[in-house]
Amino acid sequence: MPVQKSGNGGLDAILAAVDPKEGTGWHGLARRDALNRLRTMGLPVPRDEYWRFSGPGPLIWPIEGTSPETTRPPVDCTMPLHASAAVRSVFQETDCLRMVFIDGVFSPDRSDDLVMANVDIVPLSEAMALDIHWSRDLFGKLEADGQSPIARPLAALNTAVARNGFVMDVHGQVPKPVCMVYLRETDQSEAIIHSLVKIRKGASVTLLENGPGAARLNSVLEIDVEQNARFDHVRVQGRDHDRVAATHQFVRLARESSFRSFSMTVNGVHTRNETYIALRGDEAKATVAGVCVGDGEFLHDDTVFVLHDAERCESRQVFKKVLGNGSKGVFQGKILVRPGAQKTDGYQISKGLLLDGTSQFLAKPELEIYADDVACSHGSTCGALDEDSLFYLMARGITRSEAQRMLVLAFLEEAIDEIEDLEIAADLRDRLAEWIARHSS
Amino acid sequence: MLKISDLHVSLEEEQKPILKGVDLELPAGQVHAVMGPNGSGKSTLSYVLAGRDGYDVTAGSVTLDGDDIFELDPDERAVNGLFLAFQYPVEIPGVTNMTFLRTAMNALCKARGEDEVSAADFLRMVRSRARELEIGSDLLKRPLNTGFSGGEKKRNEILQMAVLRPRVCILDETDSGLDIDAMKLVAAGVNRLRNPTRSFLVITHYQRLLDYIEPDVVHVMADGRIVETGGPELALRVEKTGYSRLLKKVA
Ligand SMILES: Nc1ncnc2c1ncn2[C@@H]1O[C@H](COP(=O)(O)OP(=O)(O)O)[C@@H](O)[C@H]1O
Ligand SMILES: [Mg+2]
Repeated sequence: MPVQKSGNGGLDAILAAVDPKEGTGWHGLARRDALNRLRTMGLPVPRDEYWRFSGPGPLIWPIEGTSPETTRPPVDCTMPLHASAAVRSVFQETDCLRMVFIDGVFSPDRSDDLVMANVDIVPLSEAMALDIHWSRDLFGKLEADGQSPIARPLAALNTAVARNGFVMDVHGQVPKPVCMVYLRETDQSEAIIHSLVKIRKGASVTLLENGPGAARLNSVLEIDVEQNARFDHVRVQGRDHDRVAATHQFVRLARESSFRSFSMTVNGVHTRNETYIALRGDEAKATVAGVCVGDGEFLHDDTVFVLHDAERCESRQVFKKVLGNGSKGVFQGKILVRPGAQKTDGYQISKGLLLDGTSQFLAKPELEIYADDVACSHGSTCGALDEDSLFYLMARGITRSEAQRMLVLAFLEEAIDEIEDLEIAADLRDRLAEWIARHSS
Repeated sequence: MLKISDLHVSLEEEQKPILKGVDLELPAGQVHAVMGPNGSGKSTLSYVLAGRDGYDVTAGSVTLDGDDIFELDPDERAVNGLFLAFQYPVEIPGVTNMTFLRTAMNALCKARGEDEVSAADFLRMVRSRARELEIGSDLLKRPLNTGFSGGEKKRNEILQMAVLRPRVCILDETDSGLDIDAMKLVAAGVNRLRNPTRSFLVITHYQRLLDYIEPDVVHVMADGRIVETGGPELALRVEKTGYSRLLKKVA
C-alpha cells in the first residue's frame, strides 16, 4: 500500500480538527492507532485500485455552505415517528425496540427505553465514559484487521473521530429486533457513527437500520459473532435524494456462527457500502446481499471482501442493481481463501439491470484461492429488461409500464430472497414496489 | 370474427419475407386448425397476431370484429379478447404464477371498467381450473414457468386461457412435446371453453391433437401461404401422405 503523499489537504483539515482529548479513555489508544493508520494510508484518491469505479470526492470534500439558516423544519417530537412522512416508512409495523439518532446524535427522547431481555444497549456517547471492557477489545480492532490487504481509510477516520453510535452486548436470544432509526434534520449535517455489536456464544439478534443518518454519513459497524451465535441485519438507507454515505461493516465470525446482512438503497446521490467479513471459525456462514434502485444522479458502490480462514465455511454475496437515467452501480467483490480453508463454499453473484443506455454497471469480481479443496463460484451480468418477458406479460393484457415494473421487481427478487424473515422481506418488497411505481412514467 | 387478408410479413431486421399473402377467416364459435411443416410461418403468424415486435407488416390486414388489430399494442389486443398460447412459454423468475395470473386478471377487469375480483374468489376460481388441468397448487406458487417441465408449461398456458376466458384463442403447437395423457388434458381444457362465441386457431404440426380437438376447418400452410383448406379429412390426408407429397402437388 503506497503512502499517499499528495492530495491530503482535506485530511490535514480533518486531523487539525481532531480534539486532543480523543486520546484519553478506554477508546483513546484505538483512536490514536486509527489516526496513525489514516496518516499512513492517506485519504482515498480516484486512482486507487478500489476507488476507480466510484471516486471518493463527495465522501471527503468539505460539505459546502454550512449555514444555520438552511436547516430543515425541526422534527416534531410529539408526533409518532414517521407520521409526518407521506409515504409509509419501512419497519413501521415491525414490533421492535427503537433507538433514534438525529443527524447522527442519539436522541433519548425519541427512542424507546433501551431495555430488553438478553441485550445491553448503550449509546457510544455514554459508553465512552463507562468502562465496558469488552468494547476495548473490539473498538477499532476489527476495523484495523480489515485494513489489509485493501486499505479503507474512511473507516480509520471514523474510528479516530466518531463520538456517536451504539454499543450492543447480546448474551441470549433477543426477543425482538433492535431498530436503529437515523433521521436527518439539517441540510448540511455530517454524521460519524461507530457502533459495536458483540454476540456471545449461542446468542442471536436481529438489527434493523433505517434512514439516511445525515446529509453525509460515515458509519462503521464492528460485529463480533461468537461460537454458534447469530446476527441478522437488514438495513434501509433512507429516502433522501441528496444524501451521501460511506459505510463499513467489519465482521468476525467464530465457529458455527451465522451472519446475514441485507441492504436496500433507493435514492441518495452517492453511497459506498463496504463489508469485510472474516470467517475465522470452522463451519461459519455469512451472507451479504443488497438491492439498489437508482434514478438520475445516483451512484451506488458495494465493495465486499470475504476472507475464508477456516474449514467448511460458506459465504454468499448476492447483489442486484436497477439503474436508470444516468445512474451508476458498482460492485467490487472478492473472496479470498486462505491456505487450509478446505471445503470452503463461496458464492458471489452481481447483476445490473440497465433501464436505458445512459446508465452504467461496473463489476469487479475477484477470487483468490490458496486451498485445493474448495468450491467457489462467481458471476456478474448486466443487461436490459428482457423483451420476450415483456411481450409475454403484455400478451396477457398487462400494460407495458406495469410489465416493466413487475420485471424490475422480479429482477430484485433473487437478492430479497436472501432475507430470512418473510415479513421483513414483504415489507421491503412493498416499499420497492411503491418506489418503482412513483419513479416510472 | 378474426379476418386475415392477404397478410405479408417480413422480419424487421433482415427484410426477409416470411408470410407471403395469408388469407384466413375465423368465424365466431369455430375451431380452425393450421398445419404445416417446420419453418412455414405458423409461429410468425401467431406472433404477428399477438403483436410481438420485430416484424414488418408489408401488406394486408387483420381485423377483429371489423377493427384493425395492428392499431393496438399487445396488451390492448389481449384485453380485447385475443389470446396466444405460446409455443415456447417464457420463464420469468421472480414473478410467481399466481401473482402473474392475478395481475393479468386485474388488467383485464381494469380495461373493461369492471371491479376487481376479490382475492379469495379469484384464488378459488384459479384452483378449480388448475385442478381440471391437473396443475397442483405448488405450481401456482412457483415462479412463472421457471423450471416447469414442457408439459407443465403447456398446461399452464391453457390454465391462463381458462382463467382469462378470451374470445379468440390461438394455440401455437400446444401439443408439441406432450405425452398422450397431457395432450388429452390440454384438449379437454380447450373443449370445455368451446362455445358459440369463442373461436380457436389451433396451430399444430401433427394431426394427432385434432382427434381430440375436432376442427371445423383445416388449413395447410407452406412457405408463408395457406396452400390448402378443407374439412377434418384434410388433416388425415396430410398425416398419411406427409407434407412433402402435398407440397409437391401444390407446386
Ligand atoms: N427471429 C427470426 N430470425 C430469423 N429467422 C426467423 C425468425 N423468426 C422466424 N424466422 C424464420 O421464419 C420462417 C418461419 O418460422 P416460424 O414462423 O417459426 O415457422 P413455424 O412456426 O411454421 O415452424 C423460418 O424460416 C424461420 O427460420
Ligand atoms: Mg412454430
